[in-house]
Amino acid sequence: MEYFLQQLINGLTLGAIYGLIAIGYTMVYGIIGMINFAHGEVYMLGAFIALIAYLVSTLVGGQSVALGLMAALLATMLFTGLWGWAIERVAYRPLRGAPKLAPLISAIGMSIVLQNFAQISQGARVKPLPPVIGGGFELMTGDDFTVSLSSLQIVIMVVTVVLMALFTWIITRTPLGRAQRATEQDMKMAALLGVDVDRVISATFVMGAVLASVAGLMVTLYYGVIDFYIGFLAGIKAFTAAVLGGIGSLPGAMLGGLLLGLIEAFWSGYFSIEYKDVAAFSILVLVLLFRPTGLLGRPEVEKI
Amino acid sequence: MLKVENLHSGYGRIQALHGIDLEVGQGEIVTLIGANGAGKTTLLMTICGNPRATQGRVLLDGTDITRLPTHKIARLGLAHSPEGRRIFPRMSVLENLQMGAVVADPRHFSDDLDRVLTLFPRLQERLNQRGGTLSGGEQQMLAIGRALMSRPALLLLDEPSLGLAPLVVRHIFDLIAKINAEQKVTVFLVEQNAFHALKLAHRGYVMVNGRIALAGSGAELLANPEIRSHYLEGGVQA
Repeated sequence: MEYFLQQLINGLTLGAIYGLIAIGYTMVYGIIGMINFAHGEVYMLGAFIALIAYLVSTLVGGQSVALGLMAALLATMLFTGLWGWAIERVAYRPLRGAPKLAPLISAIGMSIVLQNFAQISQGARVKPLPPVIGGGFELMTGDDFTVSLSSLQIVIMVVTVVLMALFTWIITRTPLGRAQRATEQDMKMAALLGVDVDRVISATFVMGAVLASVAGLMVTLYYGVIDFYIGFLAGIKAFTAAVLGGIGSLPGAMLGGLLLGLIEAFWSGYFSIEYKDVAAFSILVLVLLFRPTGLLGRPEVEKI
Repeated sequence: MLKVENLHSGYGRIQALHGIDLEVGQGEIVTLIGANGAGKTTLLMTICGNPRATQGRVLLDGTDITRLPTHKIARLGLAHSPEGRRIFPRMSVLENLQMGAVVADPRHFSDDLDRVLTLFPRLQERLNQRGGTLSGGEQQMLAIGRALMSRPALLLLDEPSLGLAPLVVRHIFDLIAKINAEQKVTVFLVEQNAFHALKLAHRGYVMVNGRIALAGSGAELLANPEIRSHYLEGGVQA
């Protein structure tokens, strides 16, 4: 029981991070029907920017951890958001209207470019960050096992929930969100009504990048090491989460992320940790076999 | 108000418009009739910049809008209720109307909403329902209502009668007349339903294979034997 609870906590933490990245995939797919394969790299850049910002701010701003984290959060949201904007502008916008394969290939190219850029500019070695948020709670003690919930895990879950709520509000209640949904449902019509579709798409990329950057910051804190290659697996996982939940669906991305995190945590806890990725992707295959649109996805019905 | 000069346009290598000239004056209802595939919808879409004209000009109140991006054209007082209505299916009726007001001053919103809902009381009852769940007639009302939310000076209507029951068609055409007369909106109406359209319109154009074949007042065209045999066959005078 205690062990189960511990895996649940670990799984939810991991799932929250996957979910944040997955939203970027699902929003971009929803609006332009394209899988942004460079999104994992955006998350990786977010992690690097956060790390650099944290180190710089603790260097110049004294030893305050809270201040450093705040600076890291704001800096990574801002600069990663800019990266997201620039990537769309450079690699995808010129291909709008081109056959669907073209932006996909462009995305893969962008992903390789960004990975190599990070490797060359930041070095290939892993970058460590000593734990900055310590402490936690011991929730329960069994015979030989103690269930602990670290402060960092609480921070990750709280930040995720707050961001989810904020973004759900933006999408469902604000004029920007309305324009995004309209563009997603009928781009031509949105333009006829005066929506600047290019700007809406840019905003979508920025929003996805901002969420991924926060995930990048939290992973840096959680695992304490990052390198230029972390975007690959995280990107594939988050993409899996988005597909699992139903690509194009915002709650689906979150649900898919949580499920994937839980599957991995429980599989690692009860079976073998080496096979956790196999387990995660097998579940994906199973779900897609029986529900091709994902858990919360809606079937593509062309209504005439 | 709207002037189209020698307009050529098409999709890829397929040319659909071969030099269209027409004019819609302030306060008029002008209709464009023609068979399926004549290029009527292409003309309306080209006026809105999608697809782009390959040759010729579109003038709105004397301003050349031929090269403007679609979303900027909408800001110049031109609203388009397109072919197939293109309601946002997973947005509520209210949200669809809000989308119509994207280019409008937000301070007018509640006035404009009242105006549209008075014109189409059915939409009032359906305000929180998803657009995709409305009937064809209701969707058409929503498409027109959405276009009116921007307080347009010129309304482009593409086949508002398509797929609707005769009674509903009549109702829609009455409303178009009302919009024109009471709200001083100039209307450019594209229709296959030639009889109703010509009866309603002050003037009309007939399009054949991407060219204007005939022009005249609504009554003239209605009386024209060629029009009668081509477009009014089969007792449409219901």
